Amino acid sequence: MYFESLDELLNMAGHGFYVWSCYGLFVALLGINVWHARWQHLKALKQVKALVRRNP
Amino acid sequence: MKRNIEKEMVFMTQSIWRMPRWFHQMGSPKWFYDFAGILQPWFAVAAFVLLTWGAIWGLAFAPADYQQGNSFRIMYVHVPAAILSQSIFLGMAIAGAIGLIWKMKVAFMVARSCIAIGATFTAIALLTGAIWGKPTWGAYWVWDARLTSTLVLFFLYAGVMALNQAITERQVAGKATAILAIVGTINIPIIKYSVEWWNTLHQSSSFTLTDKPSMPADMYLPLLLTVLGSYCLFALVVLIRTRAQILQTQTSASWLMQHRDITGA
Repeated sequence: MYFESLDELLNMAGHGFYVWSCYGLFVALLGINVWHARWQHLKALKQVKALVRRNP
Repeated sequence: MKRNIEKEMVFMTQSIWRMPRWFHQMGSPKWFYDFAGILQPWFAVAAFVLLTWGAIWGLAFAPADYQQGNSFRIMYVHVPAAILSQSIFLGMAIAGAIGLIWKMKVAFMVARSCIAIGATFTAIALLTGAIWGKPTWGAYWVWDARLTSTLVLFFLYAGVMALNQAITERQVAGKATAILAIVGTINIPIIKYSVEWWNTLHQSSSFTLTDKPSMPADMYLPLLLTVLGSYCLFALVVLIRTRAQILQTQTSASWLMQHRDITGA
């Protein structure tokens, strides 16, 4: 590892806040996208299943 | 007589634009639904592995930059987001053009699936760029050519999304969106060359396809991983969203009613 300790990794010589917030944004925003896409697919599946149940 | 000439013309254009069989298969909702279903888990695993590996390498193992110190580690999320924001717009325009030329519904669905994820990558590029700007340039935002043209890209995505949502008839929405996306691609070379055409604070490309990287391997390999991982993540989201749209629009298709996803068999 480049850093001596976990504290140093988190602090990044004073740049920790900038670096970690960027990675946080990346994970959060893309996570929401994947989650929303999955949700859309599952919702559509449910709707088609309900349709089939109504008129078999 | 006139009709015959017209028919002849249509036939001629069709033969000029004749495409291989797989191309037309991709245009069939059933075929796309199944093929995308096979690809999906592979892209999911690849995206997860590449992004995690690249991020850990970039955060904890890559050496610090001699000028920027540790803030350069933002590059490993900022650069992929910026690359993807432009690639996705281009991809969306190409999918839209395919939809217009070959009247392919699935292509319009793919284009529609690109909008939200493209806008997200653009937002990430802008936000992480602003955060990176603070320790590096001393300001979150400057009205610089690269930054401004990327902000315009974000507004273009917003416009495409608004247009797509405003029209309820899917086919018409697909056509309108495709045209706006194609016209909007004019912005892509502007973003790309903005660092060369105008005086700018923004540094030039971190890497190109043709030149040897100017960074040591320990610095650019993590970037390669996060860029590839981001492409996989984009593919994953587009596949899921397109499959969802196929389900929404094919509700009267018999193949879907008998599909194992629906019957559970």
